[in-house]
Amino acid sequence: MFRRLNRSALVAVIFIGIILIWAAEDMPAYGDPKAPANEYAAQMYIDRTPGDIGIDNIVTAILASYRGFDTLGEVVVILTAGISVLLLMRRGEGQ
Amino acid sequence: MENLLAFIATRYIYIMTIILMMIGLYALIAKKNLVKKVIGLNIFQTAIFLFYISFSDVDGGTAPIFLPDGVSATYVNPIPHVLILTAIVVGLAITAVALAIVVGIYEEYQVTGEDGLQEVMKRQ
Amino acid sequence: MRENVVIRTVCRLFVPFIQLFALYVIVHGASGPGGGFQGGVIFATSFILLLIAFGLPCVRGRFGRSWIRAYAACGIIIFAGVGLTCILFSGNFLEYAAIETALGIPHLQTLMIDIVEAGIGITVMAVMTSIILDFVGKEEEEPL
Repeated sequence: MFRRLNRSALVAVIFIGIILIWAAEDMPAYGDPKAPANEYAAQMYIDRTPGDIGIDNIVTAILASYRGFDTLGEVVVILTAGISVLLLMRRGEGQ
Repeated sequence: MENLLAFIATRYIYIMTIILMMIGLYALIAKKNLVKKVIGLNIFQTAIFLFYISFSDVDGGTAPIFLPDGVSATYVNPIPHVLILTAIVVGLAITAVALAIVVGIYEEYQVTGEDGLQEVMKRQ
Repeated sequence: MRENVVIRTVCRLFVPFIQLFALYVIVHGASGPGGGFQGGVIFATSFILLLIAFGLPCVRGRFGRSWIRAYAACGIIIFAGVGLTCILFSGNFLEYAAIETALGIPHLQTLMIDIVEAGIGITVMAVMTSIILDFVGKEEEEPL
């Protein structure tokens, strides 16, 4: 297995890994409730969902109601992928 | 030494996802077969999803679904879950189209590695 | 050749239960974990299981190409249609509260969210099935 190891790729990957782990020292601790990611909008969504929408699943409420426009774009992306595969697989026949 | 242990105890999740990212990156750069490169892309993507969702955890929190009335609890941050749901489906679309391109290349030139592909490009 | 019988019988028994579970996940998207994307993919898995166990002619006989494409377009028409209906009731695009205040029926938002999730599930199911059928069907039509 070590015959076909690509030396320069391995060196580059280890170098990038060490730099990233060194940069992880500045990130907040795992599970910190005062981290910046948990501060601004999360508590507002949790507080306002029972009054505005009234369903139990907060993730579905955000996905389908508060940010429903993004979900519409998402479904268009899936449709585009289906159409692209259809077009790519038909190059040989029926030209 | 205690500093190193404290660092690993509070930030172990970042180290694990970075190792997974590097495995995926190595498979993307160093392998010659095109299908293996696509699989490396998938591994890299999965590591990024884990890294992003690890931001949403809160100590002692439970899943962001409301418990029945009368029970109060802290809920984890629901926003990264929503964004990653979209990203997973986009990743699936990318994999499907990439594999369709690989199959098309194989049928046209009977080549399934990157050196064969470079020969074909030199010939044309 | 004996193993074929075991695989075929087990897959034939499993497929309805997988589809029932997929419908359960789609419908319970509002009150538990789940939703449109997850249920759609599970539904497509049942078709892939049929494809693996029984081969292409059986599945191609049941799901022609034009039907799958029609289903994919149907799902997104349902989603966009709900959004445009909210404009008819003098609200913004995809503002479900406008229909609720105009008609006066309580808890209408839950129904709208369920309809939208069903539309997403239909599209995801149709596109997954179409992708797999394109990949497998291409191999069998090549006379190489």
